[in-house]
Amino acid sequence: MEITVHHYIVISCLLFIIGIFGVLTRRNLLIILMSVELMLSAANLALVAFSRFSSHLDGQVAVLFVFIIAAAEAAVGLGIVIAAFRHTSGVRVTSWKELKG
Amino acid sequence: MIEAYLFYFFAVTTVLLAVTVVVQPNPIGAAVSLVGTFFSLAALFVLLHAHFVAIMQIILYAGAIMVLFIFVIMLLNLEPEKVKLRTIAGNRLVQGSAALYLAGVIALAFFGWRQFFTQGVVANEMEGTIEAVGKLLLTDYLVPFEMTSVLLLVAIIGAVILARKPVE
Repeated sequence: MEITVHHYIVISCLLFIIGIFGVLTRRNLLIILMSVELMLSAANLALVAFSRFSSHLDGQVAVLFVFIIAAAEAAVGLGIVIAAFRHTSGVRVTSWKELKG
Repeated sequence: MIEAYLFYFFAVTTVLLAVTVVVQPNPIGAAVSLVGTFFSLAALFVLLHAHFVAIMQIILYAGAIMVLFIFVIMLLNLEPEKVKLRTIAGNRLVQGSAALYLAGVIALAFFGWRQFFTQGVVANEMEGTIEAVGKLLLTDYLVPFEMTSVLLLVAIIGAVILARKPVE
């Protein structure tokens, strides 16, 4: 009963699918941002698992870059949430229909 | 043996807490579940011998980013919304391509891996300590590492410009 890379890929896939499900079904902008964080974490788990089972540390360096990008994305995303809340006093994405391009 | 039990425990908690994030009507509850997900993921990283990444996961994700999320939720004073799990955004084309993509990912995960990874076990031991990862970060990945500081600066300026009150 040894844990192989396959086990970690399955967990990573499940996390990614849960994240996509959240982005597609929820209408609260904050929860959509959290689901995006879940998808980034799924990618992180896959990167670390591959790094471990291929005996290279490059995957872990990539994960550190993903952390930095996630921090930047959260800061800008929450800034947008606050700016949008000021206009419509709500965070439901359906109330911003006029943003349709 | 104990490692396998720990893996299964933390894998189950990670997935269950992630599901809680998505189906939770209250944004604060979702944020707390997400913190739990990040802690379980950090435990999985420790099981993968990626100690530095696990520590950064807790400090950066469960600490900094989630504090930012909870701060914004409290600032906006949101009430719980009714969760309608049957609403899918987008038209038929978006739904169809999303479903196709998910089916592809699942099929690849369950059937395709054996061709790509013939050996799933560790070839030689490599610890993801601060020393090893930091050495790689400051030699091979020095230029991308310095570029991330520019990215963070741009993100800070963008967040400040987006969130400040419009000047009359």
